[in-house]
Amino acid sequence: MEARATTAGAARAGQAPRRGRVLPVVPALTVALLLLPVAAGLAGTLLPAFGILPAIGRAAPGLDAFRSLLDWPGLAAASRLSLVTGLAATALSLAVTALILASWSGTRVFGAIRRALSPLLSVPHAAAAFGLAFLITPSGWVMRALSPWPSGFERPPDWLVVQDPWGLALVAGLAAKEVPFLLLMSIAAMGQTDQARALTTARALGHGREAGWLVAVFPRLYAQIRLPVYVVLAYSMTVVDVAVILGPNTPSTLAVQLVRWMADPDLALRLQAAAAAALQLGLVLGALALWRALEGAAAALGRAWIRTGRRGPRGRALRVLSLGLALVSSTAVLAGLGVLALWSVAALWPFPEAFPDALTARSWARHGPELGAALRQTAVIAVIATLAALALAIGCLEAEYRHGLRLRAGGLWLLYAPLLVPQVAFLPGVQAAMLAAGLTTGIWAVTAAHLLFVFPYVFLALGDPWRAWDARMGTVARTLGAGPERVLWRVRMPMLLAPALTAAAVGFAVSVGQYLPTLLVGGGRVATVTTEAVALAAGGDRRAIGVYALAQTAAALLPFALALGLPRLVHRDRRGMRP
Amino acid sequence: MTRLLAALLAALPASALADPDPADWDAVLEEARGQTVYWNAWGGSTTTNDFIAWVGQRVAEEHGVSLEHVKLSDTADAVSRVLAEKTAGRDAGGAVDLIWINGENFAAMKENDLLFGSFAEDLPNWRHVDVSGKPVTVDFTVPTDGYESPWATAQVVFMYDTADIPGPLPSMQAILDWAEANPGRFTYPQPPDFLGSTFLKQALYGVVEDPDVLLAPAAQADYEAVTAPLWAFVDALTPHLWRQGRAYPQSGPRQIQLMADDEIDLAISFSPGEASAAIANFQLPATVRTFVPEGGSIGNASFVAIPYNASAKAGAMVVANFLLSPEAQARALDPDVLGYGTVLDLDTLSPGDRARFDAIELGIATLPPDALGPALPEPHPSWMERIEQDWIARYGVTE
Repeated sequence: MEARATTAGAARAGQAPRRGRVLPVVPALTVALLLLPVAAGLAGTLLPAFGILPAIGRAAPGLDAFRSLLDWPGLAAASRLSLVTGLAATALSLAVTALILASWSGTRVFGAIRRALSPLLSVPHAAAAFGLAFLITPSGWVMRALSPWPSGFERPPDWLVVQDPWGLALVAGLAAKEVPFLLLMSIAAMGQTDQARALTTARALGHGREAGWLVAVFPRLYAQIRLPVYVVLAYSMTVVDVAVILGPNTPSTLAVQLVRWMADPDLALRLQAAAAAALQLGLVLGALALWRALEGAAAALGRAWIRTGRRGPRGRALRVLSLGLALVSSTAVLAGLGVLALWSVAALWPFPEAFPDALTARSWARHGPELGAALRQTAVIAVIATLAALALAIGCLEAEYRHGLRLRAGGLWLLYAPLLVPQVAFLPGVQAAMLAAGLTTGIWAVTAAHLLFVFPYVFLALGDPWRAWDARMGTVARTLGAGPERVLWRVRMPMLLAPALTAAAVGFAVSVGQYLPTLLVGGGRVATVTTEAVALAAGGDRRAIGVYALAQTAAALLPFALALGLPRLVHRDRRGMRP
Repeated sequence: MTRLLAALLAALPASALADPDPADWDAVLEEARGQTVYWNAWGGSTTTNDFIAWVGQRVAEEHGVSLEHVKLSDTADAVSRVLAEKTAGRDAGGAVDLIWINGENFAAMKENDLLFGSFAEDLPNWRHVDVSGKPVTVDFTVPTDGYESPWATAQVVFMYDTADIPGPLPSMQAILDWAEANPGRFTYPQPPDFLGSTFLKQALYGVVEDPDVLLAPAAQADYEAVTAPLWAFVDALTPHLWRQGRAYPQSGPRQIQLMADDEIDLAISFSPGEASAAIANFQLPATVRTFVPEGGSIGNASFVAIPYNASAKAGAMVVANFLLSPEAQARALDPDVLGYGTVLDLDTLSPGDRARFDAIELGIATLPPDALGPALPEPHPSWMERIEQDWIARYGVTE
């Protein structure tokens, strides 16, 4: 009451400290916001693993669930498969990313590679996997193009290409999608590696470009992108939709198997599924530890090699190889999407025809109306989740800038907990916790759940450009009389418009791609393009999948286009701000 | 005093939150008007989705009920939701109003008290249901007790491509002989997929000595001896399957896709009209036809059930009743729409309604009803459980 009665001047003076009180708690608030659901979710999943699920009359703790899990004959094979494909996909994507950067970063070709790969980020994983499967399967498009001439096949050969027992198709599919992600993260981090000078020094010492980059720049870069690499590892080990489409099924990966148990009519199997989720969590943590150990080994090897004084091969071959890998990665995904687009307008399209017998708009007419509604719903959720994530991220970063509240390594890890803990291991628990808290169905609950996954990516994408901003600009503005708020809104935000929009586009794409959170938390009542697409994918109707995959890609691609175009428009009369 | 309070409390929910009584149909219609019903149904089939959308239009026109199709990739997702709500103590206002449900999921929900109760036999359109001729009161040997309402019948048929196979393969031995001569041209969805398990049960019927033992729990029979011929058959068949049995399609629709891609020539289906509908949708070549094994094939019905905590129970009943109407049943039978069998006894219909059914062309690949042969009952669920487990141990984790 009294505060309100004071004069306007005093109120204004009072405002700054009040805001000053809000900003410093933003990081802690954010950590709590992300961590509480994960913790509650894990508890909700681990309790059933130890035999407690009152809804089906199980209340006595015990280890029966783990015992029946151990009795499942495929356990060793499924766990091995998860581990090996996850590690292989991560190693492959990191290697390809490093090769591309080693050969091309800083050159004009690199700009072209970046432009070719970045749209791949917006292609949903499941759609990319479907497209890839249809390209390489024995009745797929590549074989159709080669049949009956020159392959001589009138009927598709009985070759086990997709769903091979070693998981090669799965590893390839994952790597094709993860390379663009790691590349984008590397580009953002490149500013802190002092690449040009390090490379000049290495080359002056007689190293070739590639070898010089690997010994002088890569270690610095890796320190910056370590978390994104871990995210890729955790994701590759726990992914469900891609593994169902491209991975082996006799047995499948542990993540796929546990989702099947979760979906089994025999409700007692849910306890076993919970036990498998606990094991999956252990596997991911084990793999992260193993990766960490391998990092140390690789660093020691690298140092030993440097000490030998040998100079690496000068590699035209390496350059061609890396360009080829970038090309294969982008062609596989884009061509896959292209054939799905063709399926969406195909009438009958039998083997070995390279093109459909006839084209028809029937699939689009059929799915059009629902598609519109689903797209609207998707956009509303993605916009709110992205804006909230952006606000939190800017709050955290500003608190860091103004109050020196930098999240320590531990805090940073916590922010990524939702990405490192397998979704299937904590989402059922989140669902139960939200129900208990009265947050039922509805798009607000879904948006809140999306925020868990959107925020880390937004923070990841925005953090480095934010910190790289030249703080002297702020000092100049302050000397001209601007308060910290004004510096933020009038100087910093306009200058960081491009990275902020890129971060928002990444966040938007992440929100569009969420399947399990939307389904579980929304109770099925919130239909987005992704929930519809995955439901249709269960039926394997390529025409319907084609329609939804295109819609899904468009939904994620539009913000990327805006993120590229808007800054050009806004800064058209600011020469220094043009990219 | 306490007794009075207890009586008041007991009376309260009855007056304030009374569940609709299907016997008082006018009251149900009254309550349903304006409700939104969330029907959780498998969303993997474009034709089924279109049919459900049409049902939505019709119940909105007739009864002011708006219907939302929650498209699931697995029916168990809806079961999970109800289970999660029960865990959280949310005993009213649940997210799921109506579920397309079958056999195992129904048995599990009924056993765990997750269903609303007996309503099906009080629906006005129940009087046309063919209770004696169609498997509508027993679901996988579990009595339905009116806890679920039927809306379509299904029977196992095999689809074969006449461009590659000259004629029907009327027995499991004929299928095996053909597969040996044509390796890599047959497969079935990977058990425990519903259709894949159905193939195993159909094969069991084809090789078992005395089919009657299958109707009682497996524990009451000599399981090893009864299933020995089945495993001998599958052992002989597996090396000649598509990909030598090292990979399987993950669902029925994927299996159809394989047939459309000319990767296989023979496939199992649980819907006599599916092949015709798929041909009409460009999903199968026009050379596909169907046959049934000699001695009959497994038949069952599709049902809808209402969860115990559904928000719009009256609306859900209205939808279930509409699904039993001659109008909806005739539309579902049309192969251009769905090609699902009817649950009605056509002799009880008025001539006008009867004419709707007579006007339907069954489609080129659909067997006429008298050629479908006898419908065999589903074995007791315990058989399916043990056979699935054994199949997984023998073939499902071998790589």
